Formats: sequence, C-alpha cells, structure tokens
Amino acid sequence: MATKKVKIEKAEEVNLNHIGNWDQFISSFPKPAGSYGYDAWGFNIKGVLPFMKVGKWFYEHYFRVQAFGLEHVPKEGRVLIIGNHSGQLPIDAMMLGYTLVTNPYAPRAPKGMMEFFVPQVPFISTWFSRWGGIVGDPENCRRLLQKEEAILVFPEGARGISKPNSKKYQLERFGNGFMRMALENDAPIIPVGIVGCEEIMYQLGDIKPLAKVLRLPVFPILAPVILPSKIIIHIGKPIHFKVDGEIREYMLEEKVNHVKDEINKLIKLGLEKRNSIFDK
Amino acid sequence: MEREVKPQILVTGAGGALAKKVINKLKAKYRIVAVDFRNKVDLGIPVESYKVDFNKRIFEDIFREHHFDGIIHLGRISSSDSDRFSRYNANVIGTRKLLDLAKKYNVKKNLILSTYFVYGASPYNPSLLDEKTPLKASELTMDLVDSVELENLANIYLYKYPELNLTILRPCNIAGPGVRNTFSTLLAEKNAPVLLGFSPLMQFIHIDDMRDAICTAYEKNVKGIYNVAPDDYIAFQDAVEMSGCKKLYIPSIPPILPERIAKFLKWKAFPAHLINYFKYPVIIDGSLFASTFKWKPTKTLDEIFSYYRGLK
Repeated sequence: MATKKVKIEKAEEVNLNHIGNWDQFISSFPKPAGSYGYDAWGFNIKGVLPFMKVGKWFYEHYFRVQAFGLEHVPKEGRVLIIGNHSGQLPIDAMMLGYTLVTNPYAPRAPKGMMEFFVPQVPFISTWFSRWGGIVGDPENCRRLLQKEEAILVFPEGARGISKPNSKKYQLERFGNGFMRMALENDAPIIPVGIVGCEEIMYQLGDIKPLAKVLRLPVFPILAPVILPSKIIIHIGKPIHFKVDGEIREYMLEEKVNHVKDEINKLIKLGLEKRNSIFDK
Repeated sequence: MEREVKPQILVTGAGGALAKKVINKLKAKYRIVAVDFRNKVDLGIPVESYKVDFNKRIFEDIFREHHFDGIIHLGRISSSDSDRFSRYNANVIGTRKLLDLAKKYNVKKNLILSTYFVYGASPYNPSLLDEKTPLKASELTMDLVDSVELENLANIYLYKYPELNLTILRPCNIAGPGVRNTFSTLLAEKNAPVLLGFSPLMQFIHIDDMRDAICTAYEKNVKGIYNVAPDDYIAFQDAVEMSGCKKLYIPSIPPILPERIAKFLKWKAFPAHLINYFKYPVIIDGSLFASTFKWKPTKTLDEIFSYYRGLK
C-alpha cells in the first residue's frame, strides 16, 4: 500500500496514513462532545468525516500539501492559530484545518471564524458549523479560549481572500482583534505561512458597484478554474505575548506587526521550497 | 388536633403539563393553590384550583384569602392560543398585576418561567449565550414582544423590589410527555417540517428535569436570572430523525418563502414567527444555574427522543 509521507522541520518523516481507518480515527479523536457528538458550536467529528474523505484526496493529490512545524501545535490548551488568507475561496482554511485535524503529534479540531453572512446561506452554514466554523464574534472567541480550544484566525479577513493577483504574497492590513483576544485570555499565538493558495484562482476584475449594492466586500470576476497549485504550510513556534496592566489599543499594533513579520518569514520559507506552482 | 400549617404557594398555568408536575412534586410539602387563565383544572384534593384572569379585580381575592409564601408563575398564553394584543394583556399586564399583588401581600419567594426564545434566533448569535446577553427576539419578530416585555418587567421588579426574591428561569426547549410547545408538538408529528439546508444546533430538557429545576430554584431561592439547559446538543434535523419523524423539507430561499408557507399552513408545529429558530442556533449557557443550585439533568437526549419515537 502506498504511504503518504509528510516532511516536518525536525527532519523526521511522519506517516499520515494513520487515518486510513476512518472509524478508528473518529473514535480516537480527542474531542469532548455531547451524546450525539456535537459540541456547543455545532462541530461534529462525524460531520467532518465526509469532508475529510474528500479533503484527503485534494490534500494529497490535487494540492499536494506539505506541512512543516506540526510539532509546534500543543496537544491541548487554548491557542490562536494565525495565518495569511488568499485565493478567493477558503481553501487555505480547509487545508490548514485538515493539517491540524490529522496532525500525528496533536490532532486538534480548530474552530475557524466565518464571515458574518455565512450563517444565512443554506447548506454552507450547516456544513461549515459541523466542520468547526463559528460566527466571528469576540464573545464566541473568548468562550472558546476559556474552554481551551484552538482557534484559526485570518486577520486579513475579506481583504486578504479577495485581493487581486497583483498583490500576491503581500499581506493586507491585519485586524487587532486577535491580539486583544490573545492578551486578555493569555493564549499563545502560532503564526502560519501558507504558500500556494494565491495561485489557485485568478481574479480577472472586481465589480465594485455590484458589491456595494449587495453589501459584499468585493464582487470578483473569477477565472472558472481551481488550479492544482502546490500548497506549502509552515507552522511557526508559539509566541506568548504579555502586557503589564491594562491593555490599550496602541499597545496592540506593535505586537500585531510582530506576528505579521513572523508570517512573512514563514511565507518566504514556503516560497523558497517551491520551484513552481506545479511542483510535485 | 391542631391542623398542620404548611407554607402556601400559588402556581399559575395549572392546566399545563409542567405545572401539574410541579404541583404534584410540591403538594406534600406545601399547600398549593393553582390558577389558570383557560379553565378550572381538577388537580384533586388537597389542591385548590381557580379559573381566573389576572387582570380582573377578583384575582386579588385569592391573595386576601390565602397568605402565600411563594408564587411559581408558569402560566403563559401562547401564540397559538390568542392574538398578539390579548397575549400582551395576559402575559405582560397580567404578570405586572401578579407581581404588584406579590409585593402588596408580602410574598417572599417568587419564580417566573421565561423562555430561551427571548434571546432571538439571529445569524450573528455566538454560542453559549449567558444571562447578560441582550434580548433580541423582539427585534426579529413582533410576535415575541410579549415574551421580551415580560422579562423586562420581571427584571424591573427583580432590582426595584429585592424583597420579592425573584428568580427568572430561561429554559431551552422543554420536551417530553404532555408538553405542547412548538418543538415538542413538532417532534410528536409523523411529518416534521425542516428548512432545506438548515439544521441549527438545539438543546432540549426533559419535562421531569425542568420540574426538578423549578422546584429546586423555588426552594433554594437565590434571586436572579438563570438559563436552564443541559450541556448537551443536537442538530435539529438529527432530533427530528431520532424522534422517528419523516422530514418534510420546506424551501428556505428566498427567506420570505418559508414564512409565507408557514402562514398559509397555519401549522402549530411550524409557526411563521419562529422561522428563524428553524434556521439559526440559540445555544444557552446553563452553567450559572447548574452551579448555583447544584442541579444537573438526569434524562439524556436519547430518553427524550425515545418518548417521541414511541408515539409513532
């Protein structure tokens, strides 16, 4: 049987085929949940299963994802995982989510912040919440951290995912909310640099008046093809930020920029590892 | 022989399944006077029962005649029983009358049953809403104005008249034998309406657990507002399946369509004003109640749904 291998920073090779047996994977998944497998945010490990089965093929064969630094994710405890966002579709979130769920060191099902309109979209809202999507509300975030959960945040938000290809690998402005959340809840931040998603889908233009009418951040015209760009994910070491006394808004900026710098370094590492978007 | 003097409790909404259970549990220890808006409920000796409108002057006679130590206010006119105006009169103005009488006659322990509906089913709701969360139901539908106003009124009395020792309970969906609320009615049906593409997370509490929660909260009497819900969750469509119902898919877009369908069907299990509760989760955090009153539910979700399966 062919075995999928993933290289990690410590030069070890980790066999990710431990999820060949899905039932075993589900039953051994360390996720506290209620009698029907749901947690309070609607995540359900059984609901993740169809996504995982399909995702496995995309992860291994279509996007040929390589993940580094998996050992930096703690087995338990509160943590904010902060990444760069791009590609018009949230494929970066899905691939990073898959990486974290199947991490042989510490499988974690992170919660991901959804855009505010997502809960109103039939089917998508249900699927996303089963997979760990939550409304991007600070209260949600605070409660999750207090319950020692891992949260995936893309502080560029819609600015990042919808940016034109001319701005690829240039980080957009980061919101400060995640840093305030980390400081208030004493949660470490793990920076993540994702390479490859910028080239998945090409934006040909943006119909701004239509976006305004529909109250959307953008209305992109997209090339109707999802390209099989190779995705490289670098997970950095946890960073612990502290503030003595009261947290003021001006204190956040510098710390946010520090995270941004770390993500830029991780993106650079990914770009150096890649020769072309069609690398094997 | 000297007659045993038991503390007296007024229980409203005596015709409902929950009130009957509460009365049965408390009647050995307390002298119960039961009232209901709709009819005089026969609860057997020794429970005194009256049919009474709180807004009529005669209601005060019950207070003159009995010296209540406490009130458990469970009575509510639901949307299927009456129009918006009558509901407001009965549920809000009637409760004000009740609380004024409680104050006038020095009733020391008061408990009001509210509902988690007051939080409102909004797509922007975070999970585990705690008691400090703003009540948004009336922003989303006029038909829940009376529920929110009742809460606001109770809140005013809670802080203005601390001597009333008012406890307000906001339970999640109460389910089980005899319960006639929207979601219990729905789960008892053979064909249950579900919105295509939506399956919000829900919480259910068995009527016996709710009875125990009410009795415990009344007896321990720690005033305040409390959510009452178990720490267990299920998606609505799974609950429908587990209850042995066949799903009747209702189109969900455009958003006006399911509302129109509900208005046309006039189905108690699928009221137009509660459409959002079929779409968006309203998950409440019951930890404050659980820790304050050392309470935890005894019935599992499976036990709740097996009752509904048994009806099919």
